[in-house]
Amino acid sequence: MPQSSTPQEQLDAVAQAVDRASAADAATLAELKTEILGRKAGALTLILRSLAGLPSEERRAIGARANQLKQQLEEAIAARERALEDEARAPKQLDWTMPGRAVWHGAVHPVTAVVDEICEVFRALGFTRVTGPEAETEDYNFTKLNIGLDHPAADEHDTFYLAPGTLLRTHTSPMQARVMEQYEPPIRIVVPGRVYRRDAFDPSHSPVFEQIEGLAVDEGVSFVDFKAAIDTFVKLFFSRDTAVRFRPSFFPFTEPSAEVDAQCQMCKGRGCSTCKQTGWLEIMGAGMVHPAVFENCGIDAERYTGYAFGMGAERIAMLRHGIPDIRLLWENDMRFLSQFAE
Amino acid sequence: MIVSLNWLSALLGRDLAAADVADRLAMLGAPVEAEEELRPSLDDIVIGLVEQVERHPNADRLTLCHVNDGHGMVEVVCGAPNVKKGAKYPYAAEGTVLPGGLKLEAREIRGIVSHGMLCSARELELGTEHEGIMEVRTDAAPGTRFLDALPLEDTRLELEVTPNRPDLLSHKGVARELAASYGVPVKLPPIPDAPGDDGGAPKQVKKKGTVGGVQVSIEDLEGCPRYMAAVIRGVQIGPSPTWLEARLRSIGARPINNVVDATNYILYELNQPLHAFDLANVRGNAIIVRRATPGEQMTTLDGERRDLTPEMTMICDGEGPTAIGGVMGGADSEVSATTTDVLLECAYFDPPRIRKTRQALKMNTEASYRFERGTDPDAMPDALRRAVQLIRAVAGGDEPEPAIDVYPKPVKTRAVFLRQERVTHLLGTPVEREEIERILVGLGFPVAPKAKRLHVQIPGWRPDVTREIDLIEEIARCRGYDTFPTELRPFRTSVVPDDPIEPLKATIRRVMTGMGLNEARSLSLTSAGSEQAWRVLNPLSAEDAYLRADLLSGLVRSAERNWAARERDVRLFEVGRVFHATGESRPHETQRLAGVISGERTPLHWTAQGKSADYDLWDAKAMFEEAVRVAGPEGDIVEVDGGWQVLDRDGARRGWVGALAADRPPWAAQLLGFEVDLVVWERPHVQYRTSPTTPPVERDVALVLPEGVTAAAIEDVMREAGGALLAGTAIFDEYRGAEMAGRSVAWRLVFRAPDRTLRDREADEALDAVLAALKERLGVERR
Repeated sequence: MPQSSTPQEQLDAVAQAVDRASAADAATLAELKTEILGRKAGALTLILRSLAGLPSEERRAIGARANQLKQQLEEAIAARERALEDEARAPKQLDWTMPGRAVWHGAVHPVTAVVDEICEVFRALGFTRVTGPEAETEDYNFTKLNIGLDHPAADEHDTFYLAPGTLLRTHTSPMQARVMEQYEPPIRIVVPGRVYRRDAFDPSHSPVFEQIEGLAVDEGVSFVDFKAAIDTFVKLFFSRDTAVRFRPSFFPFTEPSAEVDAQCQMCKGRGCSTCKQTGWLEIMGAGMVHPAVFENCGIDAERYTGYAFGMGAERIAMLRHGIPDIRLLWENDMRFLSQFAE
Repeated sequence: MIVSLNWLSALLGRDLAAADVADRLAMLGAPVEAEEELRPSLDDIVIGLVEQVERHPNADRLTLCHVNDGHGMVEVVCGAPNVKKGAKYPYAAEGTVLPGGLKLEAREIRGIVSHGMLCSARELELGTEHEGIMEVRTDAAPGTRFLDALPLEDTRLELEVTPNRPDLLSHKGVARELAASYGVPVKLPPIPDAPGDDGGAPKQVKKKGTVGGVQVSIEDLEGCPRYMAAVIRGVQIGPSPTWLEARLRSIGARPINNVVDATNYILYELNQPLHAFDLANVRGNAIIVRRATPGEQMTTLDGERRDLTPEMTMICDGEGPTAIGGVMGGADSEVSATTTDVLLECAYFDPPRIRKTRQALKMNTEASYRFERGTDPDAMPDALRRAVQLIRAVAGGDEPEPAIDVYPKPVKTRAVFLRQERVTHLLGTPVEREEIERILVGLGFPVAPKAKRLHVQIPGWRPDVTREIDLIEEIARCRGYDTFPTELRPFRTSVVPDDPIEPLKATIRRVMTGMGLNEARSLSLTSAGSEQAWRVLNPLSAEDAYLRADLLSGLVRSAERNWAARERDVRLFEVGRVFHATGESRPHETQRLAGVISGERTPLHWTAQGKSADYDLWDAKAMFEEAVRVAGPEGDIVEVDGGWQVLDRDGARRGWVGALAADRPPWAAQLLGFEVDLVVWERPHVQYRTSPTTPPVERDVALVLPEGVTAAAIEDVMREAGGALLAGTAIFDEYRGAEMAGRSVAWRLVFRAPDRTLRDREADEALDAVLAALKERLGVERR
């Protein structure tokens, strides 16, 4: 560095060195350290030393600037040294294709996930979530729901008995009666829970399965409200463009009764093996609450109307994930369950 | 219910398309579950016209027929006695393969070559008739495809009929639904060869009456409110004509003989079960309808000896039971090949009584199925008249005397009032009076206005319609559910509060999956009985005889199944109910959480250089503590043999963690598990505390703990002696060596002053105080 230049020119040279440091290699960095910061002949050292001979005003300005540049340069050199170190270590030692350090991820059971999602959709429609006993009385499971044990409709409920008059509920519908006896409408509830049928295992039947019940009762609840709620549910749960079909059916505790079909999710209604070429999948039984049920639960059937529905969670989980056999849902196989980790 | 498309077409007088019928029925509430094309493999059979019949020169019983097959004349040797000049028959030419698989070839019969054959119904597998060849009464020209000349091609539809609709268990009932949909009437097709006379109107009697010399009376009026009977003499039992057999076969019913087939035809056409008795075996010229007496027995026509109870309605003759009313006939009075005189029963039986009877007898017949659901008592006279006509058409028989109709208390036509405004209110969209009337009248419900309401008569075939709501359903159904809008309207929110157990379960699922456990679902029925387990009265098998009293047993079995599938790493949890017998009438239900772990604590990673660690008791303890904290009872976790338990404030055990016994292959790791009651209690919201701003001062100290001194006891003393400056303690090592009595446990103590930087000297003084207290109270010293 020419000694003859002014302190200002010397400072400009130092400022350039700051820029050079950010892209320098190791040798250049060492040079810069000696040339500029060196305690004996470093440029900055010399500048600072030369301050004594300057007028006080100039001295203050040059001094402040020199110290600022010194700090900047030291930081730039240190940063560059770290970067060079990292660079030196990294590409030579690491195979970037090696796997990261994983942890176990647990999965919620696909049936639970379906139950929760369904309940959440109905929450958006104003339904609260309640539960009820699995060990029920004949009265709540059948009689209050207008299911006469002397009527063939009872045959669809092959029942496990726990004691005379006591049974494992064959559906979640007894909670309709329990809730209506306890609360004055407006009632809007969903009831998830296990139910029991005396059916042997086969690919689509299991003696224990998960059902989700729904009930809405208030003044002026009509068939249109019923259709709208179910239609909205299907569109929110499956997809916005899913068509919904309501077919007349029969349940002793609803009238009019309906089977609800959603457009097959596999083929979008074109017909496939999942929907047996019909384009539709049966997803729930439903209908307007039968006045006899209101009467049995002490609710004024003239003043109040309502709708109820029930659906099987396993079936919906199986459709959603392409699970061919309901038994897979009960095996608790780690390889099966792990597939559903989020 | 299986229906034939041809049969429905005949009732509606129009050709129906299967797909259209299926669509309409689905939207009316009787969806088609299965559809089967019936196409007999008779493509090569043609109509042959016999133009000349000669005696076979070499055989008395054979004839030589000159048959016009549409292309020319062929000579056919025939052995049938009924072959006639000028009649048409199914003709199978040489080279034709018959349904049985036989391939026809030109064959010399007694010196004359027969070119093909004229076929009987049995040879074409269209019936049982083999007395002669099958005469085809048709206008079709010779050479016409046989299948084009006769309506043998059909479609069989299997309908799902809900239990409230007995009327749909017959072709007429299904046709009635379709008729309303198409806007056409239902008309019963004429019976071929039916006699013109029909015996006249039945004799109505209140208590008892006589027909054909048989006295008919009802004693069990509750079980059988109406009983009709006709006597037909001079019938000839034999196979039914082809059309009748074809009808029965088209719905999968087996033809038996002409009289029985005729009764079955009426059953499937009109939903009226009938029973034909051989009059010769009706002893004492009497039919008495009464309850069975205790201990009574009879043999039904399936050959079974049946024990009878007074719940059952018996059809008895002068000497005893001869049929179980509405369920099955008796072996003794069954129509047989030698029967000549028939007593035909047409009755209405009480549905609940039939249900009890068939349940007690563990039988389910076509008749009991219909009576149990409810037949139409008003339709009985027409059904019986048509049945008599049909029997006489297919089995002969003299003109009968009028039938007897024992009907002590005729039921009045039922009527229901309907309010138009209620229809609109419930269905949520205006429905006009004209539309209501049109729909109901179309279904056969006569409607008349009365005051501001509609007076609607209920036809006998609709026992399910008893109140206004039933009519509203009919209106919605026939109008079409798809005609109602799906318009989301305002609603009021529910007054029913959420069950707090559900969010608790959601939290526990989040925590458990976060720790790497998969959620399991186990059956709540199990083979394991214990003192507190509730036994199911009617289990499917010993495998599911009890309600589960714990969750861990199921998870242990799941772990074993995973091991059996060569899966070493098992991490499962389950949230669910367990059941205990507590002396109440119902089992007590408790919500629980359980988990099991076995195998690698973390997935293998190369940085561990092949070393891996399996889950141990301390992992299980941490999971258990977490479970108790999140969802368990308020209480203490204390040691219990080989694990820990949690005791609630009342000292009751509410959960456990430890090692589990299991059927473990040698390569599997130990199985650890925990189970805890889920307890809903008000968990307070976290209250914010200021995070420390002053630096900590750490001191590590190794202590020698004599046997019997626990870490928990040490920490109690530390907290007390360390005072406000001691911010935390953590154990970071344990060492046991032969050179020391007891063990060495190393702690890191963190000291901090909340308001200033703690000096080293102050930390040392605090540590000294802790050490002094440990020595004094527990005799514990630094190593």
